[in-house]
Amino acid sequence: MNWRAVWAMYHYEMGRFFRTTAQSLFSPVLSTSLYFVVFGAAIGSRMEDVDGVSYGAFIVPGLIMLSVMTQAVSNASFGIYFPKFLGTIYEHLSAPVNFLEIVIGYVGAAATKSLAIGAIILVTSFFFVDVTIAHPLAMVGFLLLTCLSFSLLGFIIGIWAENFEQLQLVPLLVITPLVFLGGSFYSITMLPPVWQTISLFNPVVYLVSGFRWSFFGTGDVPVGWSLLAIAAFTGGCLWVIWWIFRTGWRIRQ
Amino acid sequence: MTSIVSISGLTKTYGSGFEALKGVDLEIEEGEIIALLGPNGAGKTTLISTICGITSPTEGTVSVGGHDILNDFRGARDMIGLVPQEIALEPFNKVWNAVSFTRGLFGKPRDDAHIEQVLRQLSLWDKKDSQIMALSGGMKRRVLIAKALSHEPRVLFLDEPTAGVDVELRRDMWETVERLRAEGVTIILTTHYIEEAEAIADRVAVISQGRILLVEQKSALMKRMGRKELRVELIEPVDSLPESLAHHDLQIAEGGQVLRYAYETTGQGTGITGLLADLSAAGLQMRDLSTRQSTLEDIFVDLLRDGAEEPEAASTTTGSAASRDAVREGTA
Ligand SMILES: Nc1ncnc2c1ncn2[C@@H]1O[C@H](COP(=O)(O)OP(=O)(O)OP(=O)(O)O)[C@@H](O)[C@H]1O
Ligand SMILES: [Mg+2]
Repeated sequence: MNWRAVWAMYHYEMGRFFRTTAQSLFSPVLSTSLYFVVFGAAIGSRMEDVDGVSYGAFIVPGLIMLSVMTQAVSNASFGIYFPKFLGTIYEHLSAPVNFLEIVIGYVGAAATKSLAIGAIILVTSFFFVDVTIAHPLAMVGFLLLTCLSFSLLGFIIGIWAENFEQLQLVPLLVITPLVFLGGSFYSITMLPPVWQTISLFNPVVYLVSGFRWSFFGTGDVPVGWSLLAIAAFTGGCLWVIWWIFRTGWRIRQ
Repeated sequence: MTSIVSISGLTKTYGSGFEALKGVDLEIEEGEIIALLGPNGAGKTTLISTICGITSPTEGTVSVGGHDILNDFRGARDMIGLVPQEIALEPFNKVWNAVSFTRGLFGKPRDDAHIEQVLRQLSLWDKKDSQIMALSGGMKRRVLIAKALSHEPRVLFLDEPTAGVDVELRRDMWETVERLRAEGVTIILTTHYIEEAEAIADRVAVISQGRILLVEQKSALMKRMGRKELRVELIEPVDSLPESLAHHDLQIAEGGQVLRYAYETTGQGTGITGLLADLSAAGLQMRDLSTRQSTLEDIFVDLLRDGAEEPEAASTTTGSAASRDAVREGTA
């Protein structure tokens, strides 16, 4: 392994993140605060507790997941699409690095960024609501896996995309709806039965539920299912990455 | 001399089905400067990209320093620096960071002194903290070169390094190339400027339509392929040549004021002595005599014309030596 190269790519990507701190860190904090004001304070005060948790606290895990998933996808997809777009990818292709090292560098950086954003949102939430974390280790584990798997997904999208439109289309048309309908702001038990069944086909439901379980000890689906879902999702992304590695798809002509 | 880059039977067919390289064989010797000369779309960039790992070869093998570019890509690419034809840089990045990044990417430990030296050599030192987008086109090209030199390559590929660069900078660039050669770096450059190949290359390879038409020591090429032309300026213009001069292959030019005579310096006899004797015997008075050596440019143009006229001759040969013979027969 060419760890120096991995470090160079990781470091470079993180540098880009810190150059735009305002955009990359403050904007998620701001938008989360707004969510807390709107959903927690304004609407939440008129909502009943969900599973014995105040609505303001109830949405915390979902909000973190929402931000982490979208940030991981957008960071990772932009991170690898940009060199393709600018043509600077010639360097990666002509350097003594293999695809795996490129994946570790870029996905690692995107996962780190989204993890940082998740942590900041968690801390921010402490200022607005009372949050307890029942299973801290599981919480960190779920968060890490989500950062990682969605960064992998973003990386795949970045490799696949041939223009900016495609780059934004998948997150917009697929990921945002799945995430919004994934139970971030509600428990799926609040839905009519038909929609409950449909929701069970949404992988995000399992992730949010598992993450929420690590906070409050209850979730929409058994935590085992959540673990299985995230493992399957990560595995699926890794398989696609492996396939790209083998075929050089959309990278090397 | 041992060859440091060894290419054999290399073909490249793009996904579109276009065959950009049609069986290239080439041995590049350690420490030499070789110029790849060819018209637009000849396959120069494709050849370089394939050696460097940007595109994958369809058939054939390439090794760099004995390392196969596929099976031992790390060994091969460790040795290679590439300056691409197109300027590709991240605009918001700073010069220093961009150059250091490349060094890291090639797995070399951090060495600020080396980066500083490279930047100074390329007159980029005072721009090290500038954003790339604030640089001029020529400076950006030098940043690309700095990137390629950041990791101390043994083999340097320069794809049109002096395109869009002013005359002074071009000289600087040639000096840089010369200095690198003194350090033992092997240099492969592509260019459209024949004067450039003439000025700095040891060997010239002419490539057209995905085939290498000729590889030759520049000096030998100039000498062997070089024809000279004798220009005889007459005091009195002539309309036609007297009978006694018919067996000399003379051309009348400039309204009869000038006679031209082409000859090979390597031929058995140039025929000049006889010609001059016959000229004075015919009573033609000469005002001036001059000779002109054909340049690489002439040779190049000849080759491409012959290549275009005789595609079947070129396609039956695979090795560069064989196609060189075919070409020579064509011009003889
Ligand atoms: N990605 C690609 N897909 C399909 N065809 C390509 C691709 N890249 C290059 N070609 C074709 O391959 C041929 C050789 O191109 P190449 O870029 O190697 O030429 P070149 O000798 O570098 O030309 P120039 O002097 O203009 O830089 C051209 O006909 C070009 O159209
Ligand atoms: Mg080219």
